[in-house]
Amino acid sequence: MQIYLPIAEVSVNAFLLLGLGGIVGVLSGMFGVGGGFLMTPLLFFIGIPPAVAVATEANQIVASSFSGVLAHFRRKTVDLRMGLVLLVGGLMGAAVGVQVFAALRAVGQVDLLVKLCYVLFLGIIGGLMFFESLNAIRKASKPGAAPKRKKHNWIHALPFKMKFRTSGLYISVIPPVLVGVAVGVLAAIMGVGGGFIMVPAMIYLLGMPTKVVVGTSLFQIIFVTAFTTLMHATTNYTVDLLLALLLLIGGVIGAQIGARIGVKLKAEQLRILLAIMVLAVCGKLAFDLLVQPAELYSLGAAGGH
Amino acid sequence: MMRWLLLLIALTLPVQAGEEVVLGLSQNRVSITTNFDGSEILIFGAVKREEAIPTDGGPLHVIIAVSGPTLPITVRRKDKRYGIWINTDAVEVDEAPSFYAIATSGPFTEVLKDIEDLRHHISIPRAIRSVGAPMSVTDSEAFTEALIRIRESSDLYQLNEGTVDVTEDTLFGASVALPANLTEGHYTARIFLTRDGLVIDEHEAGIDVQKVGLERFLYNLAHERPLVYGLLSLAIAIAAGWAASAVFRYLRS
Repeated sequence: MQIYLPIAEVSVNAFLLLGLGGIVGVLSGMFGVGGGFLMTPLLFFIGIPPAVAVATEANQIVASSFSGVLAHFRRKTVDLRMGLVLLVGGLMGAAVGVQVFAALRAVGQVDLLVKLCYVLFLGIIGGLMFFESLNAIRKASKPGAAPKRKKHNWIHALPFKMKFRTSGLYISVIPPVLVGVAVGVLAAIMGVGGGFIMVPAMIYLLGMPTKVVVGTSLFQIIFVTAFTTLMHATTNYTVDLLLALLLLIGGVIGAQIGARIGVKLKAEQLRILLAIMVLAVCGKLAFDLLVQPAELYSLGAAGGH
Repeated sequence: MMRWLLLLIALTLPVQAGEEVVLGLSQNRVSITTNFDGSEILIFGAVKREEAIPTDGGPLHVIIAVSGPTLPITVRRKDKRYGIWINTDAVEVDEAPSFYAIATSGPFTEVLKDIEDLRHHISIPRAIRSVGAPMSVTDSEAFTEALIRIRESSDLYQLNEGTVDVTEDTLFGASVALPANLTEGHYTARIFLTRDGLVIDEHEAGIDVQKVGLERFLYNLAHERPLVYGLLSLAIAIAAGWAASAVFRYLRS
């Protein structure tokens, strides 16, 4: 069934959009990532104009994250206090990021920078997570060698300590705020919720338990993407409600399924799967940059990008 | 001044007076609805003449050119720098129709002489106008060619030779397929009568392509009340997220 999208001004198959939304929704619920880093390139691929894809994707992430976070709330795997601290940083970072984006846009080559950002961050994070979780799995299979948990490092020497009961942490608020700012900046530049950066940062930098990380990340993503959606809707008029609706119907159902699959998997398995996925997207983007494209020319709106 | 005006009138007059186009369109507006999946416009007409069919010239040919609204567009080229492919040069094409379809009653070069094409801007490369190539770009034609190539591959630019049926040198008809990824705006259909590659009459008709119903409502809302539209999008997203969660909880209990 073909459907004409009023803002994107293209006609696409409705079931294809429902399916895409569903698949990305499952991943979103499983890993606590918004799925933007997967969905946005997929939307480009089916012919949605990039500006519309990025803006609409933000709206869809709001829906799938909200659906996912409710499932996590019921299992009490959301650290609200940590989420709010991260959010404060995140909104500050997003505001800065939008300015950085505008400045880069004026210089030109913003597309390339976004892609390089993707390759760099996806590569580093994916690689680190992959080897770390591989080691964890190997250690877990060896009996007796219990891994060392909760090591005290410089993070614990910082002031403004706060108790995060759900995460079982008593640390300074400075690192979470900084993580929030960093993720917010990157999220605004790369046009995603930032979950794929947030999740590893929470696990490795803040030392939060994986089970809590997913729900908390989703909680924070809702607000950051809602903010982004409003920004895009009011400045660029690029949010396509019909496209968002189709994507999110699939997305919210997928997120519910994903959240249930996530509970059944072990933390190490969850992390290694996310790592593989991140590396796959990174590889694809790097491949596109390195290999000569079939069409060297591209069309863009005059004056834009 | 008067002389120039006379010259202008003389130039715009048909070369071979006496044959005129009488045109009909199957529809003079195209409505883009939610399930819009492309459309087909039937263009038909007749040649009105006072005298008998001239026998000294070649056969009568018809060219139909349907054009969408023209917009400036930027064409970018990728080049290998530091081992990766990045956009380097860009050329702004000042006027490029968002849609352009030509239907002819014979091979294009036979039905129209190049000099006439130059005057009336009928062929695809002539319908595009590009002046603003920066100094660093020496091969700006390559950019225009790329624009045509990309748009042709998505059926936005079409050259359909021999698709106009001409009956008895008097009646003609053709159908033009509009693709699904159509832009809104005022489209024009130009019809040219030619003999021996020379244009003898020209006629123009408008076709309005417009979004209607839900499409119209959403588009207007997004542009006139962006904040309301943005909040509406968020409300739908939150409601859908909550609904899915509630349904799944109900299913599990």
